[in-house]
Amino acid sequence: MARRIQEINAGSMADIAFLLLIFFLVTTTMDVDSGIQRVLPPMPDPNQKDEGLEVNKRNLMLVFVNKADAVSVGGQIMDVTMIKDKVKEFILNPLDDPNLPAKKIEQIDLIGDYPVSEGVVSLQNDRGTSYNMYIMVQNELTRAFNEVRNEVSMQKFGRRFDELSDDQRTAVAKAVPLKISEAEPRNIGGV
Amino acid sequence: MREQELLVRFQLPQATEIQKLEKKSLTSYIYIGSPTRVLQAKFGDRPRIQLNDSFRSAQEIGQFIASERDLLNESDRPFMTVTLKADYMTRMGIITDVKQELRKANALKVIYGATKTMGYE
Repeated sequence: MARRIQEINAGSMADIAFLLLIFFLVTTTMDVDSGIQRVLPPMPDPNQKDEGLEVNKRNLMLVFVNKADAVSVGGQIMDVTMIKDKVKEFILNPLDDPNLPAKKIEQIDLIGDYPVSEGVVSLQNDRGTSYNMYIMVQNELTRAFNEVRNEVSMQKFGRRFDELSDDQRTAVAKAVPLKISEAEPRNIGGV
Repeated sequence: MREQELLVRFQLPQATEIQKLEKKSLTSYIYIGSPTRVLQAKFGDRPRIQLNDSFRSAQEIGQFIASERDLLNESDRPFMTVTLKADYMTRMGIITDVKQELRKANALKVIYGATKTMGYE
């Protein structure tokens, strides 16, 4: 008579595996890194004469956040939720208002001639502004640019900006450049 | 996975238009917030800047960026990104100082760390 082969008792293995799974689930921290991307302006050369950034008044929109977290856009106090539409109007200048930014016709691959806005949004803040408010304003500015880019993408390619191919995306990005200045451009004509 | 121990506490601000980080290896982190509970007895509760694993002043950022840049390949250096992880209650003064130092150090690609939200309530 053949001897019965001894088997390892594996009944509790499932429990152990389960415990291990729970243990690692709890102890692992996944740092998801996400945020608002920006490119800071380079530091001006100290040897260079400060000539000031000559920006025509109509091409500049000053967004200022004071220490009480109140926002003024172009000297006009407004709610955070209103910034987006104001900035969109500023970038697009649909009626060719002489008080809103000028446009320059530029030849862009895949799109052809496109009137690129020369507007610059200048974001300034007080040292007492809260970071939360600053990010909220940055977010609204980004949203305005993203929406304009989406609209242009829909118009030219029939798809949303994030669904475009790389070449198309660079073209749209060129047509609607993300011009948000965090430096201190010379203030022409008072706030 | 977290690479360093946090000495500061922060809750990131919320935003809708966030982008995911493309390449983690090219990123350096600057944390800004008040020290953790345990460290508050020693360092107080004023917001502090954490570089690597210690509290630093804003003036030391230049050095920090230089050493971080040295760790990268020559070809990767232009793509170096700095992620700012700051508490949403922080005042902009300290952040402006950090930004100025980053500009001086020529580390211009910045990500303002934020968490995704669907909209403001």
